[in-house]
Amino acid sequence: MRHKRNTVKLGRSQAHRDALLANQVISLIEHSRIKTTLAKAKAVRPFAEKLITIGRKNTLHARRLALAYLMHNKTAVRDLFEKVAPRTTGRQGGYTRIIKLGQRHSDASEMAYLEWVDQASPATEEAAPVAAADHAEEAK
Amino acid sequence: MGVPKRKMSKMRLRTRKAANRWHASTLSRCSNCGAAARSHRVCASCGYYRGRQVLTVAGV
Repeated sequence: MRHKRNTVKLGRSQAHRDALLANQVISLIEHSRIKTTLAKAKAVRPFAEKLITIGRKNTLHARRLALAYLMHNKTAVRDLFEKVAPRTTGRQGGYTRIIKLGQRHSDASEMAYLEWVDQASPATEEAAPVAAADHAEEAK
Repeated sequence: MGVPKRKMSKMRLRTRKAANRWHASTLSRCSNCGAAARSHRVCASCGYYRGRQVLTVAGV
């Protein structure tokens, strides 16, 4: 039974897991959309949403909390408070979206995109062709 | 010690093993390009999911 097991462990020690979650959210803030395994996306999602909740409060305490959660990455915290969180005004939660992509070849693990629901839409259209172009060159 | 009284018949054994048979995943149609696609996932041939372009597929 899974009852009351609220932490997704991902086979990692707590320090390893905390570092992974912080890294993933920093990347998500920087790129608006990250491609990861479905298990990691599901584990990162609650953490990312809690950071948005912090990011919507414009206080020094909130900024220091966010810094502590995000490995004292000042760039990420600034972007969180000034770019990502302000876009979510009017939304009462559900700031992220997970899009399932199917299994990857190497180990058949289910992959997914994790993205902000309120991201600027051109970012998704522009980010994708670059990745596809890289892929095409590898094939040749 | 408890031991089996009868030899397991081939049918009985195979009926039990048949429950663990591999099943191919069921496919639905992509609403955009009509290719076979797994449900609740981005279409692998055109990159559409729920009526919008999610990723760009090489060679489309």
